Amino acid sequence: MKPKFGVVVFPGSNCDHDAYYALKKNLGLDVTFLWHKDTNLQDCDVIVLPGGFSYGDYLRTGAIARFSPIMNSVINFSQKGGHIIGICNGFQILLEAQLLPGVLLKNKSLQFVCKDVYLSVENNETFFTKGLVKSKPLKIPIAHGEGNYFADSNTLKSLIKNNQIVFKYTSSDGKSDDESNPNGSMMNIAGIVNKGGNILGMMPHPERACNPVLGKNDGSLVLGAIVKNFMN
Amino acid sequence: MFKAKVLVKRRPSILDPQGMAVEKGAKHLGFNNIKETRIGKYVEFIVDTEIRSSAEKEVTEYCDKLLINPNLEDYEYTLEEIL
Repeated sequence: MKPKFGVVVFPGSNCDHDAYYALKKNLGLDVTFLWHKDTNLQDCDVIVLPGGFSYGDYLRTGAIARFSPIMNSVINFSQKGGHIIGICNGFQILLEAQLLPGVLLKNKSLQFVCKDVYLSVENNETFFTKGLVKSKPLKIPIAHGEGNYFADSNTLKSLIKNNQIVFKYTSSDGKSDDESNPNGSMMNIAGIVNKGGNILGMMPHPERACNPVLGKNDGSLVLGAIVKNFMN
Repeated sequence: MFKAKVLVKRRPSILDPQGMAVEKGAKHLGFNNIKETRIGKYVEFIVDTEIRSSAEKEVTEYCDKLLINPNLEDYEYTLEEIL
Protein backbone atom coordinates (compact mmCIF):
# COMPACT_ATOMS: atom_id res chain seq x y z
CA MET A 1 0.00 0.00 0.00
CA LYS A 2 1.20 3.52 -0.78
CA PRO A 3 2.00 5.72 2.23
CA LYS A 4 -0.30 8.49 3.37
CA PHE A 5 1.52 11.81 3.74
CA GLY A 6 0.72 14.53 6.27
CA VAL A 7 1.96 18.08 5.67
CA VAL A 8 2.14 20.15 8.87
CA VAL A 9 0.94 23.74 8.57
CA PHE A 10 2.58 26.20 10.97
CA PRO A 11 1.74 29.90 10.99
CA GLY A 12 4.24 31.22 8.45
CA SER A 13 4.74 27.98 6.52
CA ASN A 14 4.82 28.87 2.83
CA CYS A 15 5.79 25.63 1.11
CA ASP A 16 2.95 23.59 2.62
CA HIS A 17 0.85 23.93 -0.52
CA ASP A 18 3.83 23.18 -2.77
CA ALA A 19 4.44 19.96 -0.84
CA TYR A 20 0.73 19.07 -0.90
CA TYR A 21 0.49 19.75 -4.65
CA ALA A 22 3.63 17.78 -5.51
CA LEU A 23 2.54 14.76 -3.48
CA LYS A 24 -1.12 14.84 -4.54
CA LYS A 25 -1.03 16.02 -8.16
CA ASN A 26 2.45 15.15 -9.39
CA LEU A 27 2.85 11.85 -7.54
CA GLY A 28 -0.83 10.93 -7.15
CA LEU A 29 -0.58 10.16 -3.42
CA ASP A 30 -2.95 10.41 -0.48
CA VAL A 31 -2.00 13.55 1.44
CA THR A 32 -3.59 15.71 4.11
CA PHE A 33 -2.75 18.96 5.88
CA LEU A 34 -2.07 18.77 9.64
CA TRP A 35 -2.77 22.00 11.55
CA HIS A 36 -0.07 22.92 14.08
CA LYS A 37 -2.60 23.23 16.93
CA ASP A 38 -3.90 19.69 16.40
CA THR A 39 -2.32 16.64 17.96
CA ASN A 40 -3.84 13.93 15.76
CA LEU A 41 -1.56 12.76 12.96
CA GLN A 42 -4.57 11.22 11.16
CA ASP A 43 -2.90 7.86 10.52
CA CYS A 44 -0.29 9.40 8.24
CA ASP A 45 2.71 7.23 7.42
CA VAL A 46 5.11 10.02 6.50
CA ILE A 47 5.06 13.49 8.09
CA VAL A 48 6.39 16.46 6.13
CA LEU A 49 7.56 19.60 7.96
CA PRO A 50 7.50 22.11 5.10
CA GLY A 51 9.53 25.18 4.28
CA GLY A 52 8.65 28.74 5.20
CA PHE A 53 9.13 31.12 8.06
CA SER A 54 7.25 29.52 10.93
CA TYR A 55 6.37 32.08 13.60
CA GLY A 56 8.22 34.68 11.54
CA ASP A 57 11.51 32.94 12.38
CA TYR A 58 11.44 35.01 15.58
CA LEU A 59 14.07 34.19 18.23
CA ARG A 60 15.74 31.56 16.02
CA THR A 61 14.54 29.70 12.92
CA GLY A 62 12.24 26.87 14.01
CA ALA A 63 12.61 27.67 17.72
CA ILE A 64 8.96 28.44 18.42
CA ALA A 65 7.39 26.00 15.94
CA ARG A 66 9.22 23.27 17.80
CA PHE A 67 6.79 23.77 20.74
CA SER A 68 3.59 23.67 18.66
CA PRO A 69 1.10 21.07 19.98
CA ILE A 70 1.51 18.94 16.83
CA MET A 71 5.26 18.64 17.49
CA ASN A 72 4.70 16.50 20.60
CA SER A 73 2.81 14.03 18.42
CA VAL A 74 5.53 14.24 15.76
CA ILE A 75 8.23 13.53 18.37
CA ASN A 76 6.24 10.54 19.74
CA PHE A 77 5.74 9.33 16.17
CA SER A 78 9.48 9.54 15.52
CA GLN A 79 10.28 7.60 18.69
CA LYS A 80 8.11 4.76 17.41
CA GLY A 81 10.10 4.75 14.15
CA GLY A 82 7.67 6.94 12.19
CA HIS A 83 9.09 8.60 9.08
CA ILE A 84 9.57 12.36 9.02
CA ILE A 85 11.03 14.65 6.39
CA GLY A 86 11.86 18.26 7.21
CA ILE A 87 12.50 20.56 4.25
CA CYS A 88 14.25 23.91 4.70
CA ASN A 89 12.41 25.52 7.65
CA GLY A 90 11.25 21.98 8.48
CA PHE A 91 14.92 20.96 8.77
CA GLN A 92 15.52 23.95 11.07
CA ILE A 93 12.58 22.82 13.25
CA LEU A 94 13.96 19.25 13.46
CA LEU A 95 17.30 20.64 14.66
CA GLU A 96 15.62 22.84 17.28
CA ALA A 97 13.59 19.83 18.44
CA GLN A 98 16.91 17.96 18.70
CA LEU A 99 15.57 15.21 16.48
CA LEU A 100 18.65 15.85 14.32
CA PRO A 101 22.10 17.05 15.45
CA GLY A 102 23.76 20.40 14.65
CA VAL A 103 22.53 23.89 13.78
CA LEU A 104 21.91 26.00 10.68
CA LEU A 105 23.64 29.38 10.72
CA LYS A 106 23.15 32.39 8.47
CA ASN A 107 24.52 31.82 4.98
CA LYS A 108 28.18 32.72 4.77
CA SER A 109 27.37 35.40 2.19
CA LEU A 110 24.66 36.82 4.53
CA GLN A 111 22.38 36.77 1.49
CA PHE A 112 19.18 34.87 0.89
CA VAL A 113 20.04 32.38 -1.84
CA CYS A 114 17.35 31.18 -4.24
CA LYS A 115 18.60 29.03 -7.13
CA ASP A 116 18.89 25.53 -8.51
CA VAL A 117 21.73 23.50 -7.05
CA TYR A 118 23.08 20.02 -7.62
CA LEU A 119 23.15 17.39 -4.90
CA SER A 120 25.12 14.20 -4.66
CA VAL A 121 23.49 11.24 -2.97
CA GLU A 122 26.07 10.26 -0.36
CA ASN A 123 24.13 7.43 1.20
CA ASN A 124 21.55 5.53 -0.84
CA GLU A 125 20.89 2.92 1.81
CA THR A 126 18.37 4.95 3.84
CA PHE A 127 14.59 4.73 3.81
CA PHE A 128 14.54 8.09 2.01
CA THR A 129 17.22 7.46 -0.59
CA LYS A 130 17.34 3.76 -1.43
CA GLY A 131 17.06 3.50 -5.21
CA LEU A 132 18.63 6.89 -5.94
CA VAL A 133 21.77 6.74 -8.08
CA LYS A 134 24.94 7.89 -6.32
CA SER A 135 26.81 8.90 -9.45
CA LYS A 136 24.03 11.11 -10.83
CA PRO A 137 23.66 14.53 -9.10
CA LEU A 138 20.10 15.72 -8.52
CA LYS A 139 19.05 19.18 -9.66
CA ILE A 140 16.87 20.67 -6.93
CA PRO A 141 16.33 24.32 -5.90
CA ILE A 142 17.25 25.96 -2.60
CA ALA A 143 15.71 29.12 -1.14
CA HIS A 144 17.02 30.13 2.27
CA GLY A 145 18.94 32.68 4.30
CA GLU A 146 20.00 30.31 7.07
CA GLY A 147 21.18 27.03 5.62
CA ASN A 148 24.81 27.05 6.66
CA TYR A 149 25.09 23.68 8.43
CA PHE A 150 27.37 23.66 11.46
CA ALA A 151 28.18 20.96 14.00
CA ASP A 152 30.97 20.60 16.56
CA SER A 153 33.78 18.22 15.65
CA ASN A 154 32.44 15.30 17.71
CA THR A 155 29.00 15.58 16.12
CA LEU A 156 30.54 15.80 12.68
CA LYS A 157 32.69 12.72 13.34
CA SER A 158 29.65 10.80 14.49
CA LEU A 159 27.66 11.89 11.39
CA ILE A 160 30.45 10.58 9.16
CA LYS A 161 30.95 7.38 11.14
CA ASN A 162 27.25 6.51 11.06
CA ASN A 163 26.83 7.44 7.40
CA GLN A 164 24.22 10.07 8.30
CA ILE A 165 25.22 12.60 5.64
CA VAL A 166 22.74 11.90 2.88
CA PHE A 167 23.04 14.84 0.45
CA LYS A 168 25.94 17.18 -0.36
CA TYR A 169 26.04 20.26 -2.57
CA THR A 170 28.05 19.60 -5.73
CA SER A 171 28.64 20.96 -9.20
CA SER A 172 26.59 19.54 -12.10
CA ASP A 173 29.30 16.94 -12.65
CA GLY A 174 29.29 15.86 -9.01
CA LYS A 175 32.29 17.78 -7.65
CA SER A 176 31.84 18.83 -4.04
CA ASP A 177 33.97 21.95 -3.38
CA ASP A 178 33.79 25.56 -2.14
CA GLU A 179 32.50 26.75 -5.48
CA SER A 180 29.51 24.41 -5.38
CA ASN A 181 28.74 25.27 -1.74
CA PRO A 182 25.92 27.86 -1.79
CA ASN A 183 25.84 28.74 1.91
CA GLY A 184 29.08 27.78 3.64
CA SER A 185 27.81 24.48 5.09
CA MET A 186 30.47 22.26 6.65
CA MET A 187 31.53 19.56 4.20
CA ASN A 188 28.90 20.89 1.74
CA ILE A 189 26.21 19.18 3.81
CA ALA A 190 22.72 19.64 2.33
CA GLY A 191 20.83 16.88 4.12
CA ILE A 192 21.27 14.43 7.00
CA VAL A 193 19.36 11.60 8.67
CA ASN A 194 19.20 10.68 12.35
CA LYS A 195 20.99 7.57 13.64
CA GLY A 196 17.76 5.58 13.45
CA GLY A 197 17.41 6.51 9.78
CA ASN A 198 13.73 7.46 10.07
CA ILE A 199 14.15 11.27 10.10
CA LEU A 200 15.52 13.27 7.17
CA GLY A 201 16.33 16.98 7.19
CA MET A 202 17.34 18.76 4.00
CA MET A 203 17.65 22.40 2.90
CA PRO A 204 16.84 21.89 -0.82
CA HIS A 205 13.18 21.71 -1.89
CA PRO A 206 12.32 18.45 -3.71
CA GLU A 207 8.64 19.51 -3.80
CA ARG A 208 9.58 22.37 -6.13
CA ALA A 209 11.11 20.01 -8.67
CA CYS A 210 8.36 17.51 -9.35
CA ASN A 211 6.94 18.70 -12.62
CA PRO A 212 8.78 18.59 -15.98
CA VAL A 213 6.79 21.69 -17.01
CA LEU A 214 8.83 23.61 -14.44
CA GLY A 215 12.03 22.43 -16.09
CA LYS A 216 13.09 20.06 -13.33
CA ASN A 217 11.80 16.77 -12.10
CA ASP A 218 14.52 15.37 -9.81
CA GLY A 219 12.48 16.15 -6.69
CA SER A 220 10.01 13.48 -7.73
CA LEU A 221 12.88 10.97 -7.69
CA VAL A 222 13.45 11.78 -3.98
CA LEU A 223 9.76 11.73 -3.02
CA GLY A 224 9.18 8.73 -5.30
CA ALA A 225 11.98 6.79 -3.58
CA ILE A 226 10.23 7.31 -0.23
CA VAL A 227 7.01 5.85 -1.64
CA LYS A 228 8.80 2.88 -3.17
CA ASN A 229 10.79 2.14 -0.03
CA PHE A 230 7.68 2.36 2.13
CA MET A 231 5.95 -0.21 -0.06
CA ASN A 232 8.87 -2.64 0.08
CA MET B 1 8.39 40.47 41.44
CA PHE B 2 11.71 40.33 39.67
CA LYS B 3 13.01 41.88 36.51
CA ALA B 4 15.21 39.47 34.58
CA LYS B 5 17.77 40.70 32.08
CA VAL B 6 19.23 37.97 29.91
CA LEU B 7 22.24 38.38 27.66
CA VAL B 8 22.51 35.75 24.92
CA LYS B 9 25.93 35.35 23.37
CA ARG B 10 27.04 33.25 20.46
CA ARG B 11 29.55 30.64 21.64
CA PRO B 12 33.16 31.63 20.94
CA SER B 13 33.69 28.59 18.71
CA ILE B 14 30.78 29.52 16.43
CA LEU B 15 31.42 31.72 13.42
CA ASP B 16 29.44 34.99 13.44
CA PRO B 17 29.01 36.14 9.81
CA GLN B 18 26.76 38.99 10.98
CA GLY B 19 29.40 40.35 13.35
CA MET B 20 32.02 40.07 10.61
CA ALA B 21 29.82 42.00 8.15
CA VAL B 22 29.13 44.74 10.69
CA GLU B 23 32.83 45.03 11.40
CA LYS B 24 33.45 45.58 7.69
CA GLY B 25 31.16 48.62 8.05
CA ALA B 26 33.25 49.78 11.00
CA LYS B 27 36.39 49.61 8.85
CA HIS B 28 34.67 51.66 6.13
CA LEU B 29 33.91 54.29 8.77
CA GLY B 30 37.55 54.38 9.78
CA PHE B 31 37.25 52.56 13.13
CA ASN B 32 40.57 50.83 12.79
CA ASN B 33 40.83 49.68 16.41
CA ILE B 34 37.54 47.75 16.42
CA LYS B 35 38.12 44.00 16.46
CA GLU B 36 36.19 40.77 17.04
CA THR B 37 32.65 42.18 16.73
CA ARG B 38 30.15 39.55 17.90
CA ILE B 39 26.40 40.05 17.79
CA GLY B 40 24.15 38.62 20.50
CA LYS B 41 20.68 39.23 21.91
CA TYR B 42 19.26 40.95 24.94
CA VAL B 43 15.96 39.73 26.44
CA GLU B 44 14.17 41.21 29.46
CA PHE B 45 11.02 40.12 31.22
CA ILE B 46 9.21 40.09 34.58
CA VAL B 47 9.06 36.99 36.79
CA ASP B 48 5.94 37.29 38.91
CA THR B 49 7.00 35.65 42.17
CA GLU B 50 8.25 36.87 45.55
CA ILE B 51 10.79 34.07 45.99
CA ARG B 52 14.21 34.66 44.47
CA SER B 53 15.18 30.99 44.23
CA SER B 54 12.04 30.08 42.27
CA ALA B 55 12.53 33.12 40.00
CA GLU B 56 16.06 31.91 39.29
CA LYS B 57 14.81 28.42 38.53
CA GLU B 58 12.20 29.76 36.13
CA VAL B 59 14.66 32.04 34.31
CA THR B 60 17.11 29.18 33.86
CA GLU B 61 14.43 26.85 32.54
CA TYR B 62 13.07 29.52 30.16
CA CYS B 63 16.59 30.11 28.82
CA ASP B 64 17.48 26.44 28.50
CA LYS B 65 14.21 25.36 26.89
CA LEU B 66 13.45 28.25 24.58
CA LEU B 67 15.54 31.42 24.66
CA ILE B 68 18.85 29.84 23.74
CA ASN B 69 20.04 26.97 21.61
CA PRO B 70 22.84 25.29 23.60
CA ASN B 71 24.54 24.16 20.38
CA LEU B 72 24.96 27.78 19.40
CA GLU B 73 24.69 30.12 22.36
CA ASP B 74 25.62 30.79 26.00
CA TYR B 75 23.78 33.16 28.32
CA GLU B 76 24.09 35.12 31.53
CA TYR B 77 21.39 36.93 33.46
CA THR B 78 20.68 39.29 36.32
CA LEU B 79 17.60 39.33 38.54
CA GLU B 80 16.56 42.56 40.18
CA GLU B 81 13.75 42.73 42.71
CA ILE B 82 11.14 45.34 41.82
CA LEU B 83 8.35 46.70 44.00
